[in-house]
Amino acid sequence: MNDLAVASQGLTKRFGSQVAVDAVDLAVPRGAVYGFLGPNGSGKTTTIRMLLGLIRPTAGGHHLLGAAMPDHAADVLPHVGALVEGPGFHPYLSGRDNLRRLDAADRTAEARTSGTRIAAALERVGLSAAAGKRYRLYSLGMKQRLAIAAALLQPRRLLVLDEPTNGLDPQGTREVRTLVGELAAEGATVLLSTHLLAEVEQICTHVGVMHKGRLVAQEPLAQLRADAEPRARVLTDQPADAARVLRTLGLTEIAESASEASGQLGAVAPEKVVASLVHDGVAVRGFSVEAPSLEDVFVRLTGRGFDVSG
Amino acid sequence: MSQADVRRRVSPTFLLSELRLIAVRRRNQVGLAALAAVPIVLAVAMKVATPDGPDEAHGPDFFSQILGNGFFVALAALGVELTLFLPIAVAMLAGDAVAGEANQGTLRYLLTVPVERTRLLAIKYAGLVMGAFVAPLTVAASGLIVGFLLFGAGDVTTLSGTQIGLGEALLRLLLVCLYLGVCLSALGALGLFLSTLTEQPMGATIALTMLTVTSFVLGQIPQLDWLHPYLLTWHWTDFGELLRDPVSPGALTPGLLSAGAYIVVFLSAAWARFAGRDVTS
Repeated sequence: MNDLAVASQGLTKRFGSQVAVDAVDLAVPRGAVYGFLGPNGSGKTTTIRMLLGLIRPTAGGHHLLGAAMPDHAADVLPHVGALVEGPGFHPYLSGRDNLRRLDAADRTAEARTSGTRIAAALERVGLSAAAGKRYRLYSLGMKQRLAIAAALLQPRRLLVLDEPTNGLDPQGTREVRTLVGELAAEGATVLLSTHLLAEVEQICTHVGVMHKGRLVAQEPLAQLRADAEPRARVLTDQPADAARVLRTLGLTEIAESASEASGQLGAVAPEKVVASLVHDGVAVRGFSVEAPSLEDVFVRLTGRGFDVSG
Repeated sequence: MSQADVRRRVSPTFLLSELRLIAVRRRNQVGLAALAAVPIVLAVAMKVATPDGPDEAHGPDFFSQILGNGFFVALAALGVELTLFLPIAVAMLAGDAVAGEANQGTLRYLLTVPVERTRLLAIKYAGLVMGAFVAPLTVAASGLIVGFLLFGAGDVTTLSGTQIGLGEALLRLLLVCLYLGVCLSALGALGLFLSTLTEQPMGATIALTMLTVTSFVLGQIPQLDWLHPYLLTWHWTDFGELLRDPVSPGALTPGLLSAGAYIVVFLSAAWARFAGRDVTS
């Protein structure tokens, strides 16, 4: 358990008769960048709220950084930076004053270094220029940046970031991605809830997929990809013939369209497929072996698409 | 992992931050200015028109003495504002206290800092108590200034008919403000409890204002005299006892006990409600 930054056992939350989170066993290794994925309403945020002690689980429990929650919340949470369900700040205070307030509330924070740490956090999210502006005048992206800055007021061992790139422009999204990479390089564990698969493919080492309150998959990203069956794709003007050849060779889940045929390779060697196609006189215009995209994997796991527009 | 490096400091930083948060909010500043404006309006009105005879009402009446001594503007203004304006001021702050933080989403960030829930309630209540004392002091100060300017200062005739020096009168006015501060702190405890019930600050504010008005109304109904001593607002007007000569030693005891009981009951209720509540805002 001690090599896990986040470990939950049977974490469950019921709201009335509705089960929002159903027996979730999270295992986030220390140092991982863990992509916590799932469609809207799949229970990600409720899980995160339970992890941080904001709501009480109906059943189950969890440890953060090796310490039982919520009993040791006062000891553990200072090491945890969190962004939960979007930014929340006082509209009539400036960005800097909002951070000042959070820092003042932190009994583990040194008042002497408060100014320096706040300035550094604002600098890190590119908000220095707007630090003195009232929060109500911030754009959505600036608000989001301020929330990230709040999570960075102290050196953290664990960062729980719930959709950190929500509302950011492409430039901001890239900056956040770089930032998460830097934090991970500094040794922090990052639990990143998102529905942007591009984000996951680029920065995550591990993924967990939520669907209807259950954790339907949890593995290292590389493992998830390896488990995914590669498909052979044949571009041809005789898709029916090509499909027949593929079927004969033992490929499964054959699909054909006007200009191509495809199937899951399984144990069949790709070069053998090409040879057979040529041997049977199928005109091959193109041939490729494709690992299914992460999106395909998730659609298979959750039965629905993700917002991948980024 | 070692948790030994987590040192928790006992410092007033968060309390000061809370007081600052209340003080810099424009709405609170305007509210305080409105409280201070009432004695000014009152004094000017008295200056331009002679009042009718005093009404027979529960509580002291200081209007009749204003023309002779500006000191009474402060007392009359406190009496006028006590029934609605001062409670509204406390209700505004109470609405912000927990419901306001929940509404803005700042509550979840404070709790994940982490701020222990009991500590958060304590700080929030401290902020309300500060408001409960600052509000009557502001009314009194504004009343004194405008009263002295328009009607002059001098020895003060007590409700018992004796004369006391201005110095002693000012001391008694200070005691009046402190007594009202305690009364309004009891209201603040009820307000803090209401504030933990909702995520709509205006809901808590309106509920507390309505309860205050209801309490005053019930206090006017003679058939309910058995209930009167238990009403939150019943003893508030006892502050007039401080203007008697001599001040009866036990005169304010019922009011202070009542306020103490309300504070204990509703702070406990607020804690019971908030300590285990799911924060989903």
